[in-house]
Amino acid sequence: MPTAPVTDPQGNVLPPGREGNTVVQWIKENLFSSLFDSLLTVISLLFMFFVLRLALDWVFNLAQWDVIAANINILMKGSYPGEQVWRIWIGLYLLGGIAGINLRAWNRELNRSTVTIAAIPLILALLPFASERARVNLIIIQGTIVAAYLLTSVAKEKRRRQIAAITSIFYIPALIFLLEGFTDENGIMPLVKSDLWGGLLLSVLLAAVGIIFSLPIGIILALGRRSRQPAISALCITYIEVVRGVPLISILFMGNIMLQLFMPQSLPPIDRVIRVMVAITFFTAAYMAEIVRGGLQAIPKGQYDAAYALGFSSLKSMRIIILPQALRIVIPVIVSQFIGLLLDTTLVALVGLYDLLGIGQAILSNPNWLGRSQEVYVFIGLIYWILATSMAFASQRLEKTLGVGRNYDGL
Amino acid sequence: MDCNSASPLSEEPVIICRDVQKWFGNFHALKGISMEVMPQEVIVIFGPSGSGKSTFIRTINRLEEHQSGQIIVDGIELTHDVRNIERVRMETGMVFQQFNLFPHLTVMQNITYAPIYNRKWRRTEAEKVAMELLERVGIPEQAEKYPGQLSGGQQQRVAIARALAMQPKIMLFDEPTSALDPEMIKEVLDVMIELAESGMTMIVITHEMGFARAVADRLFFFDEGLVVESGTPEEIFNYPKEERTKRFLAQILSH
Repeated sequence: MPTAPVTDPQGNVLPPGREGNTVVQWIKENLFSSLFDSLLTVISLLFMFFVLRLALDWVFNLAQWDVIAANINILMKGSYPGEQVWRIWIGLYLLGGIAGINLRAWNRELNRSTVTIAAIPLILALLPFASERARVNLIIIQGTIVAAYLLTSVAKEKRRRQIAAITSIFYIPALIFLLEGFTDENGIMPLVKSDLWGGLLLSVLLAAVGIIFSLPIGIILALGRRSRQPAISALCITYIEVVRGVPLISILFMGNIMLQLFMPQSLPPIDRVIRVMVAITFFTAAYMAEIVRGGLQAIPKGQYDAAYALGFSSLKSMRIIILPQALRIVIPVIVSQFIGLLLDTTLVALVGLYDLLGIGQAILSNPNWLGRSQEVYVFIGLIYWILATSMAFASQRLEKTLGVGRNYDGL
Repeated sequence: MDCNSASPLSEEPVIICRDVQKWFGNFHALKGISMEVMPQEVIVIFGPSGSGKSTFIRTINRLEEHQSGQIIVDGIELTHDVRNIERVRMETGMVFQQFNLFPHLTVMQNITYAPIYNRKWRRTEAEKVAMELLERVGIPEQAEKYPGQLSGGQQQRVAIARALAMQPKIMLFDEPTSALDPEMIKEVLDVMIELAESGMTMIVITHEMGFARAVADRLFFFDEGLVVESGTPEEIFNYPKEERTKRFLAQILSH
C-alpha cells in the first residue's frame, strides 16, 4: 500500500520501512494483514501446536530412550574393540587439527559462525550425559582445533589453503592406518580388521573418503571428457556413462567381489572396507565429472581467450583461470552430491558392513530391544540430519567466502 | 611521427602477414590478407561487421588458426608449434571488446598473474610494475577491488594494464570501446592515445574515427574478408579511392 514518503528534518526522502520497526508491527503486517491471512495464521498455529505437542509428548513421555543409552558405544563405533578406542580418539584429535587448519584457511576473519563450528567439541563436552572420559577427550579435541588454528595463522595467507588441502588429503590414509593398526595382538597397535569397524565411525569414514577423493577424480574425468584427444575423451565418456547407468548397490557388489579378481594373487586380499571405499569413490566421481563439466560450460569463451592471449598454456589457464571459476559456480550442486553420498553410505549394509543404520537394525533384531524401532530410527535420523545440515551450512559459508566479486558488472 | 624516438636505419617489420586465409566451415572469412607493420606503427582497422577484421586480428596471436598464408610476429612464424604460439602470445598484448577480466581475481591479481606464472617474475616485482601501470591508466586506488565492482571504462583500463604487464612489443585492440557508455569511451581512448604516443606498436579495430585521425599511421578498410583500401588517414578520409570505402565512411561519419 503506497504511503507518502517519509522525510527527515532536512527534507531528504528516507528509504521505506524504516519507521516503527517493532515486533508488534511486524506481526500485524505479516501475520494478520487481512481476514484471510489471520484465518490462515490461526489455523497454522493450531496445527503446529497439535503436532508439536504430540511430538514432544512422545519424546519426553512415551519414548524409552534406554535403548540408545545402552547401545551408544556400538552405535558410535560398531564392534571396534573397547580397549583400542583410544585410537579413534587420536583420530579425532587429528581431525580437530584438520578442522582448525581449514577454519583458518577458508575464513578471512573470525566471525560468529566460525566460532560456533569451532566450539562444537566444547558444546558436546558440556552436555549433561557425556561421560567423564568423553569429556576429557572432547576438551583435548577442542585444544587441537585452537592450536591448529593458531599455528596456521603463522603461515602466509597464500600458503594456508595449500596446507589445508594437503593435510586433509593425507589425513584419511593416516586415519585408516591408525584404525587398522599394524602389530600383532601384544604390540602397541594390534590389527583391528575393518570388518569390526561400524556405526557412525564407519558411515562418516566412508563418506569422508568419497568426498575427498571423488572430486579430484571427477575433475580429471571432466577435463578428459572435453579433451581434444579422441581416445581420452572416448574413455572418459564411456566410464562416466557406464557408471552413471548402474545403481550404486550393484557397484558395491562388484567392488566387493570383482576388485579382488583383478588384483594379482600374490598380494594379500584387500580389506572389505577399502573395497567399498573404492567403489563409492569411483561411483561418485562419475557424477562429479558431470557436475564439473556443467561448471566448465558456464565459463564464457572470452575467459579462455584472455588467458591464452596473456601467454597461459592450456593447462595453466585451466588451473588458474577456468577451474576456480567453474568450481565456484557448482559448489551448491557438489555439496548436495556430497550429502547424497553421505546418505547413500547406508547401502553398505547390503554388502555386510555395519554402518550406523546397519547397527541400528542389528540392535533391533536383539529380542531385549523388541518394539523400540521408533526410538532407534529417530535417533539415527537425527544424526544424519545433523551431519547433512552442517554440510549444507558449511557450503553456504564457503560460498560466501569465495563469492566476493564473482559477478560481472551487469551480467 | 616518431621523430623523438631513435629508430634504427634498416627497420624490419614486426608483423608480416602474407596472403592469410581462413575458413569457418564453408564460410571464407579471410580471403588473403597481407599486411606489414613496422615497429612503433599504429594501424587502425575498420569495416562492417562480419568483414573479418576481428578474425584477422585474432590470427595474429593465434586465438584463431589461419589455414593458409604466412604470419610472422617478431621474427617467429606461427605454425602448429605450441612453443612458438606461447612465445608470440607473450610478445603481443590483447584487449577485448568485452574486457574479459578474470572475475574471481582482484584487479591486482588480474594484472600480476600472467607475469608471475608465465614470465616467472617475483610477486613483489610484479606488483610494483602493476601499480605503475595502474597509475598510468589512472586507477591506482582500485587495485584491491574485483572487476565486478568497477565501471566498464575502469574495467577496460585494467584490461589494458593487464596486457601491458607482460611488456609486449605489440598491442592488439579488438573494438575496445564498443561495449562502453559514451562517457567512458573517452577515458579509454585517452589511455590508448598516450600508449600510441609512447611508441607502442598497435593494431586497433575501432570505429572511433577521431582516434584514427589523431594517432593512426595507416588505416585498413576491411570488407568481406578482404582489404578494400588502405592508406594514411589523410588519404582515406579526404581522398578515398574505392566506392565501398566512401559509402562506409559516409555512413559512420554522418552522425
